[in-house]
Parts: sequence; structure tokens; C-alpha cells
Amino acid sequence: MSNHISETTTHVSFREEKGRYKGIFAWIFSTDHKRIGLLYLYAIVTFFLVGVSLGAAMKLELIAPGKTIMNPEAYNAIFTLHGVIMIFLVVVPGLPAVFGNFFLPIMIGAKDVAFPKLNLLSWWVYMVGAVIALSALFMGGGPPDTGWTFYAPYSFKTNTNMLPAVIGAFVLGFSSILTGINFIVTIHRLRAPGMTWFRLPLFPWTLYGTAWIQILATPIVGITLLMIVGERLFHIGFFDPALGGDPILYQHLFWIYSHPAVYIMILPAMGAISEIIPTFANKSIFGYKAIVISTLAIAFVGYFVWGHHMFTSGMSGTALYTFSFLTFLVAIPSAIKVFNWVGTLHKASIQLEPPFFWAASFLFVFMIGGLSGLALGALATNVHLHDTAFVVAHFHFIVFGGVGFAFMGAIHYWFPKIWGRMYNTKVATRGWIMFFIGFTTLYLPMFFLGIDGMPRRYYDYVDRFHGPNIISTIGSWVMIAGLIIILVNLIRGAKKGPKATKNPWGGKTLEWEVDSPPTLENFEEIPVIKRSPYDYR
Amino acid sequence: MENHNEPHIVPFKTYGIILAVLVVLTLISVAVTQIDLASLTVFTAILLATIKSGLVLVYFMHLKFDNKLLKALVSAVFILIALVMFVTFLDYNYR
Repeated sequence: MSNHISETTTHVSFREEKGRYKGIFAWIFSTDHKRIGLLYLYAIVTFFLVGVSLGAAMKLELIAPGKTIMNPEAYNAIFTLHGVIMIFLVVVPGLPAVFGNFFLPIMIGAKDVAFPKLNLLSWWVYMVGAVIALSALFMGGGPPDTGWTFYAPYSFKTNTNMLPAVIGAFVLGFSSILTGINFIVTIHRLRAPGMTWFRLPLFPWTLYGTAWIQILATPIVGITLLMIVGERLFHIGFFDPALGGDPILYQHLFWIYSHPAVYIMILPAMGAISEIIPTFANKSIFGYKAIVISTLAIAFVGYFVWGHHMFTSGMSGTALYTFSFLTFLVAIPSAIKVFNWVGTLHKASIQLEPPFFWAASFLFVFMIGGLSGLALGALATNVHLHDTAFVVAHFHFIVFGGVGFAFMGAIHYWFPKIWGRMYNTKVATRGWIMFFIGFTTLYLPMFFLGIDGMPRRYYDYVDRFHGPNIISTIGSWVMIAGLIIILVNLIRGAKKGPKATKNPWGGKTLEWEVDSPPTLENFEEIPVIKRSPYDYR
Repeated sequence: MENHNEPHIVPFKTYGIILAVLVVLTLISVAVTQIDLASLTVFTAILLATIKSGLVLVYFMHLKFDNKLLKALVSAVFILIALVMFVTFLDYNYR
């Protein structure tokens, strides 16, 4: 680890810079993209830990048939909250809000994002949305119990606190849109001289694709959620069949956003992996242009596959065939990326460090998640697997395995740049091993349970599902133990770790040329770019 | 990155004409609800709304004077939304 550690640093980092405000106000009123990125990080990690606790409680309930630790109503509320918190507060903002904010300007050679005040507003809107959504917990009527999808007609009939949850999600959407606008303008207008589109590193490219989805898809769910509010308060009849409405319309509108939202989650994750792999392979990325084009193709085709969430809802046959075909189509650019990452690793001299372990395990779990998605995208198998534990396993392999592993990889990769210190790499590796074993033990049995017919979102089950459920619950404990090791190691590293060098991993993108941690304006002079971002050999 | 900050003054008359066209299109979109167009009802309403928003974008929001890239990006958004609607109606029209 010695080559990662520096003797002394002399620069004034963005943390030490004296601004207008002091203490916590120097953070929550800061327009510095790096501080805002960290504000998101602390908020997202807090919400993630709440979501993990709720998930662990669900798994504990399922360790045995019948009531274990909670009643069915509490179980319904907990899986809803777990979903709302994890989706709207953790994985949708996730990588773009944290690492996008911190690294996008640095990676393109800019001093900040295009609209720093709007950036701060995005964080405030995010926090206000989070408070509104979570207030549903503490009001009379009890937490919502619809699942995170708020499906009609139940969502406008249940007596639980639907309005705060729905309005909270609506407000959170604005934060997403504002960040998207900021990133698009930043990438268009603030690239350093010489940084042509095809010299743009891959993480900013994925942020660009993501930002377009954020801008174009989020308003649709915003309007849809307002329609639920209208339905509950004024009985308008958009979705209520008794008033001439169509409940399937709700599903269309919800998934027109929420499927592209999966790409809001996964594209930046793919971007982070595309940064980690060439650095640790010490080799130029294989097929840079193919990865860029596949990023844009995923962002585009990803708009047209939402119907695969609705194969059993009663859509027309024409729609079923179209959505199934398009679902298979979107697998192609995703597979291209995987082949390119593997191609980059071919004959490379790989540095075996924690960020690489996370990236390599990302490839493994993402492949399982992706291929199980094809089983769900096929019309015939979908009828059998729809709304079973198989879907839960697939979803968690993609979103937790994909986005979560990439987030972990990203934080271990950029940690020395963000905090200017190094964590203990041996402990980080042990944490990763434990987390990985726990993760696969937790979610793999769910594939078999789903194929065997265990429905999702059920508080109880028949005896023959008992064995795999025990294994799955034990997996959740192992995974949480791994998570604790990782978090303690990172917190200790941030506070007391040895000082890191400017470029501990040998990365080639611009963030590795600035100080660790970066100065307030990142660059003393805007760099002139004369080479590709992955100029290894 | 081209610089498109040159001043451009739009004659007041042009704005007046566009306003009149928008009002007429609004009246048409109300009037067509009286005709039974079956499955084309929604299509007609959306088409008229698209033309109106296009006029607002081009004249009032000065897209006419923006560079080709911006024009292409805004057009791509229209095409995307049209495709999303087309795919949605593959369900409704064939149920």
C-alpha cells in the first residue's frame, strides 16, 4: 500500500477553504459541486442504512412460515417503505448525485457545474422531498402499504398515508430534473478546450445519457403521481373503472418513467465500472466508441420497454409482442458493454485492489441479473414468473448487485481523491468478500423460490419454501456484517487513514491530475486536452 | 461550440400572428371534440397540442434563432414522445 501514500500536502483543499458560512452552514449553503456531492453522499448513505434495516426485518420475518416478528400489516408497510426509500431516495439519485456532482466538472476540466446555485437547490429539494415522503411514517393512518409502485386502484382506495409518500416522490422528481438539466448544460458548455465528445471519459458520457432520461421521463411520473392525488381528493376517474377510468393506464404511465428510471440507476453505474476497469487493468478501454454508442442506445431503447412490467395486466397481444421484442433488443447494448469490459481485461496486468474486486463482482452479478431479465422478458416464462420471488431476485441482482456494487466500487476507487486519505485495503477486501458471499446467499435462493411458485410481497408461505428462506435470511446477516466492516473501514480511513498520493491507482482521467482532495476550483488553470481519456498503451 | 448571442429582433407583428394562430388552434381543438373521430380523437388532440407547443418553442422561445444542435435536440424530444405515445396505443388500439 506504500505507493498509495504521500508524505505531505501543501495545497488548500475544498474542505479547508474559508467561505461565507461556518460549521454546518458552510456545507448546507455551499454551491461547491464537491460539497454538494458529499451532502448527497451522507444523506443517501443514511437512507440506505434505513432501507437495509427494513429489508433485514423483512428477511427475518420470512425465516419461518407464519408470524415471526411482525404482523401482515406491518410487513406490507415495511416492503413499501423499503422500496420507496431505496428507489426514490437511494438508487435514483445514487451515483449521479454523489459521484456525478463531485467528479463530472473535474473529469471534463471545469471549475464547477454550469449552474452551481441550481445544484444546491437540487439538494434542498431532495431533502424536502425525503422529509415529506418519510412523514408518511409518523402521521395517523399508518405508512402506505401499496408497494413502491403505488398501483391503482388500491393506491387511491387504501386508508393509509398515501398522499405524503406520493407527494414526496413528486418533489424528489424535481431534484432529479434539476440535476439532469445542470449536467447536460455542463457537458455541452464547460468541457475543457480540446475535450471533444470522443475525448469525454465514459463516466461523464453515462451521466449525459442519464441526464436526458431524468429530464424526459421524470415529468411523466410526476404528472402520474399528481393524478393519484387528484383521484384520491377529487375522485376524477383517471384510473377508477367505476368512473370510466382505466387502471392499466396508471401502469403505463408509471412504467413509462419507472423503467427508464432503471437506466437512470444503472447507466452511471456502468460509467463508474468503465472508469475502474481500465485503471486497474492498466490498459486502454476496449471499444470506447462502442461503449459510448451502447450507452446512448440503452438510454434510447430503454424508453420503449416499459410494458414488460405489465405482461399479465391485460394489454393487447400486439403490445405484448412489441414490448417483448424491444426488451430483447435492449439486452444487446448492455451485452456489448460487458464484452468490452471483459475485452479490456483480456491479457491485462491487473492490479488486484478493492475497487477492482467490486468491478469484477459487478460483472458477475450484473450478468446473472441481466440474463434472468431475459427469462422475464419472454412472454411465456413471464406468465409463470410474474410477481414471484424470481422477480425480486432479478431486480436485486440488477439494482443492488449492479448499482450497489458499482457504488461500492466507485467509493473505494475515488475515496483517496475525495478525502485525500487511504483506507485499509486488506480490511476493504475482507469486507467485499463477506458482502459478496452474503449477497449471493441472500438473493440466489429467491430465483429457485420464484420458479417453484413463491409469490413476492407475501408475509407467509407454505412449508416447502422454508429451506431456501432460511438460507436467504442467513445471507442477509452475512451481507450486513460485510457492510459494517466496509463502512467502519471507510469512516476510519476518512478520519485517520494515511495521506493519499495524487494518483494512487495510476488513473489517466483528469481527476487524477488534481490535488487530493481537490482545491475549491479544482484547477489553477483550465487544462488543454490533447489525448484520449484512457491513454495507457 | 458556436456563439449565438447576436441580437435578433422579432417584429411585433410576428408575435401577433402567432398568438392569433394559437387562439385559432385552441378553438379548433375544442370544436373537434364535437365530432366523433373514434380512435383518432386522442391523436387529433395531441397533434394540435404539438403544433401549438412547437410554435411557442420556435417563435416565443426563440428556437428559430438557436444553433442546429439545439434544434436537433428539441426535435429528438418530440420524436421520442411521439414514439412513446405510438407504443402506448399499440395496447389501446388493439385490445
